[in-house]
Order: sequence, then C-alpha cells, then structure tokens
Amino acid sequence: MKHKTFLWFMLPSGFAMLLFIALPIMSVLVQSLYIEHEKVLIEVENCVPLGGCTKETVVDTEAAARLKAEQPLGQFNGFGTYTNRNHLATAEIAGFWRSTNSWAEFGKQVYGLPFYKALAFTLTYTFLVTPMVIILGFCIALAVNALPRMFKGLAIFFSLLPMMVTPLVGSLILYWMIDSRGVLGQTLQVIMADPDLSLRASPVLTWIMLMVYGTWSSAPFAFVVFYAGLQTVPEDTLESAMIDGASRWERVRYVVIPYLMPLVTFIALIQLMDNFRVFEPIVGFSAEASATSLSWIIYNDLRGEFQLFGSAAATSMLTILGVAVLLTPVLIRTWRDFKGAKS
Amino acid sequence: MKDFTTALLSGVAALAFASSAMADGHGCSVTSGSVRILGNEFPAIQTIAAKAQECVSGDATFASNLTKDHRDIQVAALTPNPAEYTSAIVANGSIVPLMNDGLIRPLDDLVAKHAPDFPKSQLITINGQIMAVAFMANAQHLFYREDILAEAGVEVPTSYEDVLAAAKAIKDKGLLEYPLSGTYKAGWNLGEEFVNMYMGTGASMFEEGTASPAINNENGIAALNMMKALSEYMNPDFLTYDSNAAAAEWEAGNVAIMNMWGSRAGPVTDDEGSTPEIVAATKFAAAPTLGEGPELATTLWWDGFTIAANISDEDAEATFIALMNGINDATANANPEQAVWLSPGYKPSPAAAGVFASASATPYPMVPYGGLMHTALGAELTEFMQGNESAEQALADVEAAYTAAAKEAGFIQ
Repeated sequence: MKHKTFLWFMLPSGFAMLLFIALPIMSVLVQSLYIEHEKVLIEVENCVPLGGCTKETVVDTEAAARLKAEQPLGQFNGFGTYTNRNHLATAEIAGFWRSTNSWAEFGKQVYGLPFYKALAFTLTYTFLVTPMVIILGFCIALAVNALPRMFKGLAIFFSLLPMMVTPLVGSLILYWMIDSRGVLGQTLQVIMADPDLSLRASPVLTWIMLMVYGTWSSAPFAFVVFYAGLQTVPEDTLESAMIDGASRWERVRYVVIPYLMPLVTFIALIQLMDNFRVFEPIVGFSAEASATSLSWIIYNDLRGEFQLFGSAAATSMLTILGVAVLLTPVLIRTWRDFKGAKS
Repeated sequence: MKDFTTALLSGVAALAFASSAMADGHGCSVTSGSVRILGNEFPAIQTIAAKAQECVSGDATFASNLTKDHRDIQVAALTPNPAEYTSAIVANGSIVPLMNDGLIRPLDDLVAKHAPDFPKSQLITINGQIMAVAFMANAQHLFYREDILAEAGVEVPTSYEDVLAAAKAIKDKGLLEYPLSGTYKAGWNLGEEFVNMYMGTGASMFEEGTASPAINNENGIAALNMMKALSEYMNPDFLTYDSNAAAAEWEAGNVAIMNMWGSRAGPVTDDEGSTPEIVAATKFAAAPTLGEGPELATTLWWDGFTIAANISDEDAEATFIALMNGINDATANANPEQAVWLSPGYKPSPAAAGVFASASATPYPMVPYGGLMHTALGAELTEFMQGNESAEQALADVEAAYTAAAKEAGFIQ
C-alpha cells in the first residue's frame, strides 16, 4: 500500500482512537496529579432525633466553593498520590527495608500495603490463569474436533456456555454452590472429612477458587480461536506425518502446535490484558477479604460516600503501565515475526 | 431521647384523631412541578416513595430511583443544575458528602409554610438550619432466640462478655455449632461493626476538633479483640456475611444471638422465610455493652429526606409536600413493622423494641471525614479478623490508610 493511501485509510480510525482512547487517558493522567482543596472545617451545633444537640465539625461550604471556583481541578500534588501509602508507598517500603532483617519479614510487611496486596493477587491470577486458559482451550478444541460430525454442534454449544453466562451471574451461581452449606461446599467437606472446611474463609482456597473460576469462564474464548485454527491445519502435512508413522500425540506436538503458535500469541495477548484487569469474580464471590485486584481498588475508591477520583486515577494509570509492561515481550515478539516475514 | 419519648406518648394519644383525619384522603395535592426521589432500597423507603407518588397528579411528574448504590451516585446526581433528583433520602453518614458540597437546601421556609407544627425532634438541624426531615430510626441491637437461651440456661446478655459466655454454653451443650452471627462482611459492614464496638467505649475516633485519627489505643484494641472473640463462634464464612446473609442464617435457625439492624426485626419475624417456632422464639433487646460500657456498643442511625439545592423552588415545594405525606402517621401505622417510625402518632410494633431499648446509644458520627475512616476500617481490618495480624498492626494500618485518603480529600494537610 502506498504511504498516502495508507494514511487516508488509517485517518478515521486514528482520529477515533485519539478521541476515545488517548484523550480520556490524558484526562485521567491530569486528574491523578491533583488532590482536593484543603477543607475549611468549622464547628457548629447539630441537632438530630434521639441524640439531642451536639457540637459537630462541618465543612465550610462557602470557602470550599470559592476555592473550587479559583482552581476547579483542586490542588496540584504532582506524583504525591502515586507515592502515598495507598499506592506505591515508597516511604513505607523504605522504612520496612531499614527495619526488617529478613526477606520474609520484609515481604510480609509489604504485603500489608493495599496496592502490593492487590498487585500480588493480580499478577498471580494473570500468570496462572493465562496458561491454564490456553492449555484447557486447546484440549477442548482437540477433543471437539475429534468428535463425529453429528455431535459437534452440541459440544461446541456447551463448551461456549461459560463465556455466554454473564461473569457476575456465573460467579454468583458458583459462589452459592461453594457455600459451606452448598452442593460443592458440602461435598468437599465430606471428601476431606473436615466439617469446618470453608472455601470462602481461607485466603488460599479463595485464591484457588477465583483462578479456577477465571479459567472456567475464559477457556471457551481460547477454545473458539483454536477450533477455528484447527480447521485450517493442512491435511496433507498431517497425512504425510501419518505415513511416516507419527502417533496422534506426535502429530499434535510436531504439526498442529507449531502451526497454531501464532494463535497462542494472540490468545496470550488478549488474556494477559483481560486477566490483569480481573474484577467481577472478586465482587461476585465477595472475596475482597482475601483477594483484591488493581481494578477492585479503583472500584473501591469510587464508591461509598467519598469518591477519591485522584486516587482512582493514579491506580488506573499504574494499571495501564502494568498492562504495557506485561505486553511488551509479546509485542516485541510479534514485531520480530512481522519484520522476519517482510524480509 | 427525652424529646422522642414525649413525642411518642403524645402521638399514641393523638392516634384517634390522626386516623380520622386521614380517612378522607391524602391531605396533599401536587399538581405542578416535578418530584424525583433518590434513595436506599428497603421496604420503608419503598412505602414512602409510593405514598409520595399518591400526591402527584395533573401536570406534576414523579420518578424514583431506589437503589442500594444510592450513596455512590448521590453527589454526582445532585451536582448539576438542575439536579437529576429533587430529593435524596439519606442517613447520618450519607448526608455529610451532600453537606460538604452544599448540594442540599435549608428547609426552614418550607417547614414554616407547610408544616409549622412539625415536631422539632424530627428535624435535623445543622448550624441553625433545618437540612433534613427524619422519618425513622435504626440501630443494630440484640436479636436472640428465647428457646435456645433457656435450654442453655443463660440469661439475656447485656454485655458482649455475656454474649461470649452464652455462646460457649450453647456450643458446649451441642445446641448449635455456630451460635453467633453478625454483619462482618469485609468493607462497609465490617467497618460498621468496629464503629459500633468502639463507640461502646465512649471514646472519639478522631482527635478533638481535627481530622486526625485516634483509634490506635486501648479502646480500639479492646474493640478488635472482642470482635475476634465473637467471630470464633460464627460460621467461618463470616467475612462474607452482609445483613441479607446474616438474616437468612437467622431465619434458617442456625444462629441464637446476633447484633443486627433494627430494620431487619420486622422481616425476620414475618411469616415468610422461617418456621413459626423460630419466629415465635425470636426476641429483641438493647445492644450489649463492651465490658462495663459506658455506652451501648452500637450507633444510632436516622433516615430522612433532603431537598436538592440545584432545583427550582417549585420542584422543591412539590417534593417537600409529597414526601411529607410519605412520612406521616398514616404511613407509619399502616406499616408499623417496616421501621421504627419517628412520626408522632406511630404505634410501635413489637419488632421496634430493640431500637427503643438502644435509643440511649451514641448517634453515628456525622463528621465530614467519617466516611473515609469507615472505608479504611472496612478494608484494613480483614487480616486481623483472619488471624494474620495483631490488633495494634491492624489499627496502625487503618490510621495510615485513612490519613493518606484524608490528605487526598483535603482534610489533613
């Protein structure tokens, strides 16, 4: 394609990307650099039912409105929000480093900070669920592909179900089943002969449960992609492998997998992005006591009586940064392949 | 409290008049303007919205959005001019952000014009101005099973130490595996449990006159240790139990004692969701004290309506008239079990006993930064409750998380 033609071809989508992706991210970035104005507090008398009248502290709304009119964005705080205790906590970590003697102790202290606690779960989830989704999806695709034609439609439909169920609903259904009085919870108690076993009470079991759920709900995506890919595996290569005496396993290992490798890159790319933003299962499973994610922190900042927009914006920027770091190796690989294919 | 009791007694006397006055119609008519209500979702507020709607006729319009997430959207919804809603139904905690941003209007002129004789005890007055009209009271208080306590041979507990002793007796006799329950779900519920317990010590959560936290002390530690001790007698899933889940456990007969919202007393004693035996044995009492007190270990809540600042005076008047009809004696007495109504003619149902018995408790603090502390408590106490952290460390974490958030919100420099 000529450069000029390419430019005109790309212009509309480039413009849309600028408008709907780049500009909002810029506004979030700007937001994250500001904190709210200093609140002027005054003492007044409050009277409430049953409690009578008491002296209470309230915010001087006139002073607040004046400050807001002067500087609508709030006070400039630079990267102060990024480094405070509820985000990167640089000062706290330096303190832990000085005050602790062993790595284990240091790790435990750092894990007590909300951002790192969330990051630990988010990364564990991302790096375990992504490969499990790829492997499980590939196995389902191979199995369905080997079925006789008449069963294929039905098998595909059922394999896709976990993806069709809304994530929140899917996790809620599972949540009730794993309740210590639910079907799965009771069964596990009987199998393990431990009447106190509760998937919801133990942090480790909660993590495992969330990851199993994540794999279950995302596997159909990998399955669909792999199944489509399997239809294009060249028959003659497979046949010549058979003639050479390759077993089914060897055909999969030496013909199918190398052929589908670009798809693995694609699924890994999408899944890394998706899993890094894990959120719905935490809400659905009421798992916030044991597992939080970066997206959950953002959500938590934006709900309740106080909305901390600066804090949510800072975590959002850190999440974007995290996604960028995660995707870099995969993107570099794709770029090399592209370069290689061109020359 | 004195005001309230007087209002209650005079109200009972006035009941005969009230019912005849209401028999001839609604006593309200809104034919122009717009009534748009945002509020929490529970039966009492649904009733109020329905009653308010009955007033609206002619060119006037009515809309309501009753949702559990009302607190998340109220500031954004009332900020634009004209505001999305003409009224936000709020409670102690949720009125504060609206006040902070000046989003609700003083009601003095509307009260003077339409309800000059309205009882003072129902008017939320801040800095000399009426900012909200309260219609119900709520508090977490003791729910207990009379039959199980009798079988275990224990008295109705008045302190949390008694609750622990009763739980031990019930468990030792093999009556129930997990005799206690509570709203300990990580987040807002867990934060509320701590605030209740801490308020029982009579201490303040903040340094006098400032937004600096003051919970990392012997009172905070005592409160946390009691919460931990109670949780030993709860279903191990307690950190996922909100009031829906805890009430369901109660109705299933799995629990003998819990400290639960007064607004749940009616629903757990109605004829749905439980057996007649459990319902008959469910009794209510004041919230327990922590040790010797001095206060009851609970906080008193009110629910009331506010009128948005950024709306026309016509809409404000229409909304005020409609909502005043929604909270009158007729509404209260037609639905006595839905809430502990504050209206003067309300004849309390037996389910209201627990809230009345707890009426001497401290009101939930209405300080502007209280919500930030509540959020920090809800998020940072979980590791202690799971047994992975000391009480001191948990309280230090809460203070640090709160301080960072309060700096961001401009309360601490």
